[in-house]
Amino acid sequence: MSGIVTSEDIVTAVTEATEEVFSTMLNLPLEKLNPQTATSEPPGSDGVVALVGIGGSWTGSGRIGCSKKAACKLAGALLMSNYPEVDEEVLDAMAEVANMVIGNVKTNFEGKLGPLGLSVPTVVFGRNYYTRSAGVQNWMVMPFRTGEDELEIRFCLMPSQTTQSRVERLRPQVVA
Amino acid sequence: MALDVMIVDDSAAIRKILHRVLVQAEVPLGQVHEACDGKDALEKLKDAKVGLILSDINMPNMDGIELLNRLKADDNFKSVPIVMVTTEGSQAKVLQALELGAAGYVRKPFTAEQIQEKLAGII
Repeated sequence: MSGIVTSEDIVTAVTEATEEVFSTMLNLPLEKLNPQTATSEPPGSDGVVALVGIGGSWTGSGRIGCSKKAACKLAGALLMSNYPEVDEEVLDAMAEVANMVIGNVKTNFEGKLGPLGLSVPTVVFGRNYYTRSAGVQNWMVMPFRTGEDELEIRFCLMPSQTTQSRVERLRPQVVA
Repeated sequence: MALDVMIVDDSAAIRKILHRVLVQAEVPLGQVHEACDGKDALEKLKDAKVGLILSDINMPNMDGIELLNRLKADDNFKSVPIVMVTTEGSQAKVLQALELGAAGYVRKPFTAEQIQEKLAGII
């Protein structure tokens, strides 16, 4: 296990996992847009965001955000139903999409980082809301387009505090 | 002969999809029971006899591995095939499930054909 995950690794893993979910479970087209990094949380949001946490020797978070129209479209494709408005089934579908995408990214990285855990997804729906993940300094932001709708996947992964402090404690000894 | 099935997943969306896939696969379905976690499944299985269980692994309250462990230790259920349908892709978890007696494993995301193929070898 190399124990290193680069931005490119994240983009590749998230893209592959998203493409697989869209082709197998949603049967929707997916176009990857330009990924970028962000050092701040997204500004006030409208629509739906599904968050999944990663824990273990590395911790992180993955989130899928989109408009309520796009959320209804994804849910409709997943459940083969029509959803004119966001309801519990739409929120549940968004949670499951996030669970599958971030879960498969987690599995991908376990080969490098060792066993990781996945939290139960949380979904937020509303207008002009803010979310904040404690301790996260760098997000990989990966926008995608499906038809005329867009969704944004944000992902961050860093050594857990315990691991980080252990590394920092060891560092002087390594240098010496 | 109709097959009673239990689907165990904390996602109502996945329960709905799996139910639909079973219908598409032309499984001769009897009753389809649903449970949202292992604990809920054990409770509902007190009153239900099933011939197949599809279960997630990562669930709150009681996960799929613990559910599998308990059912395989129960004379009433140890011969019931249990297929794990899960996002959990780590080799350790999959091997653990198979060692505990899971009849198979399907990774999410899945296609209807993958579920059909897996079930064809089991039921």
